[in-house]
Amino acid sequence: MMRLLKDKIASKVMMLLTAIFVLVAVFIGYGLYMRSRPLLAKRSLWELITSEGWKPFKGEFGFFPFIMGTVWITVLSILIAMPLCLLTSIYLSEYSHKSIRQIARPLIDLLAGIPSVIYGIWGVIIVVPLIEKFIIPYSTEFSTGYNVLAGGIVLAIMIFPLIINIVTDVFNTIPQELRDASLSLGATKWETVKHVILKKALPGIIAATVLAISRAFGETIAVLMVCGNIPETPKSLLSPAYPLPALIANNFGEMLSIPLYDSALLFAALLLFLIIFIFNAVSKLILMNIERKTT
Amino acid sequence: MKSETIVNKKIAEEKKTITDANHNGNGTPKTEDGSAALVHENKDNQELIHSHITVKNLNVFFGNNHVLKDINISIPDKKITAIIGPSGCGKTTLLKSFNRLLDSTNGTKVTGQVLVDNEDVYDPKTEITHIRKKMGFLSQRPFPLPMSIYDNVAYGPKIHGLRKRKKLDEIVEHYLKSACLWDEVKDRLHTPATRLSIGQQQRLCLARGLAVEPLIILGDEPTSALDPVSSQRIEELFNSLKDSYTIAIVTHILRQAKRIADYVVFVYMGEIIEHGPAKQVFESPKEKLTEEYISGIIS
Repeated sequence: MMRLLKDKIASKVMMLLTAIFVLVAVFIGYGLYMRSRPLLAKRSLWELITSEGWKPFKGEFGFFPFIMGTVWITVLSILIAMPLCLLTSIYLSEYSHKSIRQIARPLIDLLAGIPSVIYGIWGVIIVVPLIEKFIIPYSTEFSTGYNVLAGGIVLAIMIFPLIINIVTDVFNTIPQELRDASLSLGATKWETVKHVILKKALPGIIAATVLAISRAFGETIAVLMVCGNIPETPKSLLSPAYPLPALIANNFGEMLSIPLYDSALLFAALLLFLIIFIFNAVSKLILMNIERKTT
Repeated sequence: MKSETIVNKKIAEEKKTITDANHNGNGTPKTEDGSAALVHENKDNQELIHSHITVKNLNVFFGNNHVLKDINISIPDKKITAIIGPSGCGKTTLLKSFNRLLDSTNGTKVTGQVLVDNEDVYDPKTEITHIRKKMGFLSQRPFPLPMSIYDNVAYGPKIHGLRKRKKLDEIVEHYLKSACLWDEVKDRLHTPATRLSIGQQQRLCLARGLAVEPLIILGDEPTSALDPVSSQRIEELFNSLKDSYTIAIVTHILRQAKRIADYVVFVYMGEIIEHGPAKQVFESPKEKLTEEYISGIIS
């Protein structure tokens, strides 16, 4: 009797906890929406996300430069990180000796544990000067080293461990027999990777990319330290950018006496929340579609 | 190991002079150019068998684990050889050593030689891909590649450089027919291979292996995951294929070995205890261990 009761209580408690966590997500979204309402009451959503001017004193709130700043830096970081991480993961799971794996994996995990502010500092003292020294002189555009490229590079390195870990795990779940099947037909290791492993791992690789993009969207400190923070739509890799998280982190809590400013910053947070939510939902659908097609 | 002595001799042109062969017991095996052969020095039946696969002094270690101990064996051509023995005795390892599927990255060490048509599989200079191409491999469970039925069969030929669509179509049809699968799949060649039943998948894997035109078929308990009907079809296929291919299968099902094997290799605790023609091994085993295994005292 007691044992059954305990079982019931345990199950109810765990259900309650799960419900709370789900509700937290809902409440965050709701809270952000409520606080952005004053701004949304005065301007249309479309106007807010497509206009360019950002002059809080004059009541101009154009979010387009911030959205584009976020997109530029995120896309760039994925473009840099994905090929490098794929090759690393392929090496770790298909080519490397066990002993190399045993050293490399913990080091990569360590990379994941470094606080993002340290990446930011590293970006400021290494990446930014390198860009100023080696890339800016060859560009016709006036620019500093604080730009989209610097943000993309720092962010790419921050998401390396995440992608490498997931993709390597995905590769490791592929049964050895599948490799053997391809090898025994006379395929080389590289051919096996190209035609069999990558194909089989595709859903996992997409899932890893999705997680990495979500992570990159939201990454704040490291990016805001190196990307310039000028509210203009980036025109090239060497333009400065001002991503949404940086906007919020730099300004929230200051000058909130300006009318609608507080509401605008929370609208920025809502935008970020919605972008990630929609992005995750869409990628789930894509993944399900791929899995249905291949099995 | 002592039961029989394998003597590799230069032969080819000297088939009839076997009687002059080293009778002084275990003369160290010699390699010569030309085809390798093995001679059973049985008093009553002396036969000479050409062999694509000859294993010499093979030792395999997984870390500190000595998995195969001093293996010497030749696999007779155009026959079905069954490698039998209890689970974990090293029979799969022996089979996989034939096409170097063991050389993964997990600290496997191999000494000795496996000669496939006189090329040492473990010589670093050997180009393994063209040796593997000589051997079709069937694993315990079928593992279709993550692509369509058609592409599974066409995979090998494509890898080896065949691009002509028409020729590929012919190959796919031909080998699906060889594996008795064509009629069941001809209308859905471009659907994912994973949608086939497990028995069909195994036949597809066989067709895929045959499509690279191997000389040898290796099977690692190829029927163990299949239902009885599918198993029987695979066995029938092996029987019909043995005229053109050298077949070596690992099995722990004694009845299966009795049904289809022409030649039997009994492995126990990493050593070859006895090998010989199926009839002889099953009816009058020379070693006590073999007898105990066959009669079910040990398993």
